[in-house]
Amino acid sequence: MANKISDETIEYVGILAKLKLSEEEKEAAKADMEKMLDYIDILNELDTSGVEPMSHVFPVNNVFREDVVTNGDGRESALANAPKRREDSFEVPRTIG
Amino acid sequence: MTGQYETVIGLEVHIELATKTKIFCGCSTEFGGAPNIHTCPVCTGMPGALPVLNKKVVEYAVALGIATNCRITQVCRFDRKNYFYPDNPQNYQISQLYLPIARNGCVEIETPSGTKKIRIHEMHMEEDAGKLVHNEWDDTSLVDYNRSGVPLVEIVSEPDMRSADEVIAYLEKLRMIAQYLGVSDCKLQEGSMRADVNLSVRRAGTEEFGTRTEMKNLNSFKAIAHAIEGERMRQIELLEAGKEVVQETRRWDDNKEHSYAMRSKEDARDYRYFPEPDLVPVVISDQWISEIKARQPELRPEKIERYTREFDIPRYDAELLTESWKIADIFEKTVQLCGKPKKVSNWMMGEMFRLMKEKGKEPEELDFSPEHLAKLIELSDQGAISSSVAKKVFEHIFAENADPEKYVEEQGLMSVSDEGALREAVEKVIAQNPRAVADYKGGRQKAFGAIMGQSMRALKGKADPAAVTKIIREMLDAQQ
Ligand SMILES: [Zn+2]
Repeated sequence: MANKISDETIEYVGILAKLKLSEEEKEAAKADMEKMLDYIDILNELDTSGVEPMSHVFPVNNVFREDVVTNGDGRESALANAPKRREDSFEVPRTIG
Repeated sequence: MTGQYETVIGLEVHIELATKTKIFCGCSTEFGGAPNIHTCPVCTGMPGALPVLNKKVVEYAVALGIATNCRITQVCRFDRKNYFYPDNPQNYQISQLYLPIARNGCVEIETPSGTKKIRIHEMHMEEDAGKLVHNEWDDTSLVDYNRSGVPLVEIVSEPDMRSADEVIAYLEKLRMIAQYLGVSDCKLQEGSMRADVNLSVRRAGTEEFGTRTEMKNLNSFKAIAHAIEGERMRQIELLEAGKEVVQETRRWDDNKEHSYAMRSKEDARDYRYFPEPDLVPVVISDQWISEIKARQPELRPEKIERYTREFDIPRYDAELLTESWKIADIFEKTVQLCGKPKKVSNWMMGEMFRLMKEKGKEPEELDFSPEHLAKLIELSDQGAISSSVAKKVFEHIFAENADPEKYVEEQGLMSVSDEGALREAVEKVIAQNPRAVADYKGGRQKAFGAIMGQSMRALKGKADPAAVTKIIREMLDAQQ
């Protein structure tokens, strides 16, 4: 057992999650992730060949809506949460050069 | 030098489905309108909002899958693709990775060396992102989520294409199928059809693929052709200089005719997909598939057969009339109104195609009504207008959807079919042109043309030329 999370891995996971972690936070996160991987190793001891992977706990399929417009002008409610707004748009730092 | 290389191209084509509402919420998919007007908690990624799948999206995707000879995945699921970008309010896109709706299809394209099969690897359903407008001056971008959650089908081909021409033929084929099925209008300019091009080069005769690059941001056939040519040359030059092609995403700038590598930060290809927990699996029964098949509208091959059989139209004409869904639609509606398929076909094959070429109009841009073409054919058949007037009127139907009856009346273009009026006009011309008459009698046939021309001018072109010819001959012969 005893999985090890390297400094590079924690750095990379931080970039993917857009998180800036302090040294202490990194160490704490490493310990948590190592414990999670250890737990997965325990699960991996089970023989699951022939068992279909489950993505939902409910035995329900085919939940649909009909193609009918039910929503009206959602501008104001959507923009109410905008950190920055310009006219009817969200304003964000420039994305692409 | 470039002849020693073969270009290998695969395509990822996104087609926006023509549903009334978004894929997971009841917001309208209407194009245009004020920014963020078609939004709700689901399509702006508010915490706790739950998606519910639009049934029509599944049906349209299945229809596309069947029409492109794919195998439908009868138990399919959605997956979450994680990435941060302001056009993606949830910080993930709901897509399909593990069990996409359709797989293993193919379409056929025509090439100079015959029919070629382009294989389709898979087809998946997903949601579109919002739209970003970049401000050049103050380093900001504006985000509009009207497009966020609009349903897309992404069609991933195998790397089976070898030239820009093949790529365009493939795209035209997909567009035609989607339009015939009525699942998308596939307007490249409005972004309802978009293509990412994966391209590599290899020495002719080798089996192994070269390193490929992906080009995004291609929104016209012209841009696609330019981008392919530009990227092909760029890669060949690298290889010739002994350098390596780097696997990367490049952005094509059609104004500068150049592609740029996108910064690697934006290209972090680690999407950490996992099964979408907010959506239950979609189970597509055999019965549902046969229902969708039964509803499938007539596609091009069947139309060509029917036009030749039912309307007795030459095969070549039937092929041209069905090349675009839009043209076939105008043809059928006009035939239904006037019941004269051959005449409708003649007008469309002749005048309409001529004007389209002259004005550079695409089939999708045709906006005249079948009622007007049908009326024109009636007017012409009744002899109410001459054939030269009819052509002139058609130009106005074509350009501004003019109502032929109104137009003919307003412009006073009704044929002069009254025998007396014709005789009167011809008589005057003969009286005023003694020399031409003498020349004609002296055996100079050319002089007849001058009299004919002047008579038609006097009648302002509104007479049946055959009737005028007959009257002139009668009158001149009577004088002898
Ligand atoms: Zn919505």
